[in-house]
Amino acid sequence: MPMTEQATGAHHPQPRTRSGGQRPTAVETDVTGAQSLIRSLEEVGADTVFGIPGGAILPAYDPMMDSSKVRHVLVRHEQGAGHAATGYAQATGKVGVCIATSGPGATNLVTPIADAHMDSVPMVAITGQVASAAIGTDAFQEADICGITMPITKHNFLVTDPAEIPRTIAEAFHIAASGRPGPVLVDIAKDALQKKTTFSWPPQTDLPGYRPVTKPHAKQIREAAKLITGAKRPVLYVGGGVMKARATAELKVLAELTGAPVTTTLMALGSFPDSHPQHVGMPGMHGSVTAVTALQKADLIVALGARFDDRVTGKLDSFAPYAKIVHADIDPAEIGKNRAADVPIVGDAREVIADLVVAVQAEHDEGRTGDYRDWWDSLNRWRETYPLGYDQPEDGSLSPQQVIERIGELAPENTVYAAGVGQHQMWAAHYIGYEKPATWLNSGGAGTMGYAVPAAMGAKAGRPDATVWAIDGDGCFQMTNQELVTCALNNIPVKIAIINNGALGMVRQWQTLFYNQRYSNTVLHSGPAVAGAEPPQEAPRGTRVPDFVKLAEAMGCVGLRCEDPDQLDAVIEKANAINDRPVVVDFIVHEDAMVWPMVAAGTSNDEVMAARGVRPDFGDNEED
Amino acid sequence: MTKHTLSVLVENTPGILARIAALFSRRGFNIDSLAVGVTEHPEISRITIVVNVESLPLEQVTKQLNKLVNVLKIVELEPGSAVQRELVLVKVRADNETRSQIVEIVQLFRAKTVDVSPEAVTIEATGSSDKLEAMLKMLEPFGIKELVQSGTIAIGRGARSITDRSLRALDRTA
Repeated sequence: MPMTEQATGAHHPQPRTRSGGQRPTAVETDVTGAQSLIRSLEEVGADTVFGIPGGAILPAYDPMMDSSKVRHVLVRHEQGAGHAATGYAQATGKVGVCIATSGPGATNLVTPIADAHMDSVPMVAITGQVASAAIGTDAFQEADICGITMPITKHNFLVTDPAEIPRTIAEAFHIAASGRPGPVLVDIAKDALQKKTTFSWPPQTDLPGYRPVTKPHAKQIREAAKLITGAKRPVLYVGGGVMKARATAELKVLAELTGAPVTTTLMALGSFPDSHPQHVGMPGMHGSVTAVTALQKADLIVALGARFDDRVTGKLDSFAPYAKIVHADIDPAEIGKNRAADVPIVGDAREVIADLVVAVQAEHDEGRTGDYRDWWDSLNRWRETYPLGYDQPEDGSLSPQQVIERIGELAPENTVYAAGVGQHQMWAAHYIGYEKPATWLNSGGAGTMGYAVPAAMGAKAGRPDATVWAIDGDGCFQMTNQELVTCALNNIPVKIAIINNGALGMVRQWQTLFYNQRYSNTVLHSGPAVAGAEPPQEAPRGTRVPDFVKLAEAMGCVGLRCEDPDQLDAVIEKANAINDRPVVVDFIVHEDAMVWPMVAAGTSNDEVMAARGVRPDFGDNEED
Repeated sequence: MTKHTLSVLVENTPGILARIAALFSRRGFNIDSLAVGVTEHPEISRITIVVNVESLPLEQVTKQLNKLVNVLKIVELEPGSAVQRELVLVKVRADNETRSQIVEIVQLFRAKTVDVSPEAVTIEATGSSDKLEAMLKMLEPFGIKELVQSGTIAIGRGARSITDRSLRALDRTA
């Protein structure tokens, strides 16, 4: 097929040269460090930031009030600010920004920073610090946030000199967004915000030790292309790096040129259309039988911006035993970390894939094309025999999978989905079709419960024209729902589906499978029996404590409930029709539904179970 | 496992030692010895790290070190093509009877006596870890009262300098 202009041509827009030699375009003398900070944020294009003021960061909030370029969204908890910044970044591709004060404000950002670090999300966290003279004295609201976040940031800075603010902000945004993206924390002492300084932009930046490699090595690309056309059973194993590099157009060209099957990881859903005939599903612990088995039987895995995470590989030493590995990643440390690479390629996924397209085409031109017909026969047989699927509950209650599937089918085009962590996350990965990049936001590496509501808020703030559905669990929802107040008061009309099974569902599933159905501390809608006390009145399924509909209304949202399969579409459509306020829908679902397929933790991917007690039979000699 | 000596050139910024030490510990590597000091360029410090690992995990730790923004360059110095030195200061029990024997050992190892008191002699010695180990073994019978040891520092043999190019990188951005 002809390559699109996007696929062959343009590289990333090059970051503006930040080193010396150019004339400053903006110089403002006699400003405070705080004004310099806000001016810097304006210059780097931070249009939306999420935060909460407090003592040490207070000076920054005064000039913030006057900025017409930076919109500050006042959240209810710093964790919400952090995940909102992540959701904003994942939905828009821009750097997300969160702001907190010193001490507890800053430590409340730790979870979202760790989350962004695991999922390589470009984020800048700005925290106030106690005055420089008080640093190290255990001052009020002092915490060594640079020390605390050292292992979970790509880099961090402590600023005590106001003259350093523009340069530090420029460097922070550059580091966060370039190479393998990640969170950068800028901790600014209160006196640096208060003192007078000169604001000058662009600042001279100084990062001699930071030079990410984006251009892949031509010889490695040729090697990879040879392996691809020579393989009998190749798989393109696509990870979040392809999304971050905006390489989805190039990926489609490469996939169709080679004819190889494609599997997209949890972080890469939407980077290759789910509906594409070459898409064999998600790999890993809860991946499709076809994707898991394709990797196990493959003779070549082409890993593009993926990192052979344990949730993908299962027991590492039995993962993909017959496969040669081409591993392309922008982070050299990922290559060979978990699985040795036969052809290592360091580079930006977009450049790697564009170069691979050219190299594979050159192979084809010389008459060397891959013949994968036998491979596709096997893949198609597995797809037909072991499709994703679920049973309807026998008692007439709602099936959580069906709820999620219908939300996906009834949602308007270009809807963005944000999931929490647990069963509902896996079902949302399985039963919603992702056709476009940046439409699926979730906490993949860290597995942060409570991610969905604030991430959806950030996504909606960044893409106000898109419908944003959070697919959340009742456990997750109770961790971060306070941000619905922020949404209601700041015109951020997100939609929240609570997949309410009254339990910590994924943990409960493991208790069902591995702990003899002893449900220790996973029931959320009732507590332990208290002697002499009347148990709370039980609704047909659970106690309705808390009552999510009332809770939603109390927070300024529309609250809806659905517990009858016959009402499902009507309730979803009602929620879709409300666009002036946040909507929360409490879907009361069956508590015993489980996520399948599943590879039990610590076992080989050869042991994938299509459903409970159903071990696929692949025959023993298929790989020969 | 084998010992590897890494020379790590870093920007001389606050907290860089903590970043490096923390990286080793969180990735599960033990540092055998560590020495830090400025180089001929005041804005560059050089950290010499001796680690006991196989070559594959060494590659991983080197790559992770390279990701630290303040790290400019990492060179592994092979024992055959580099000079490695440690410094020890050791306080040995000594009286009129043993002092001359101790001084004889000091001379044998080309070490120096840096302090003498009626009950003890303090010795300064530099050398490879093998040489220092041998000397300490000889001194042990007299009674070692106190011992302090520096980390290994190392430099490649020949005219080549590992700091040249890193400095040019600094110049470009200045």
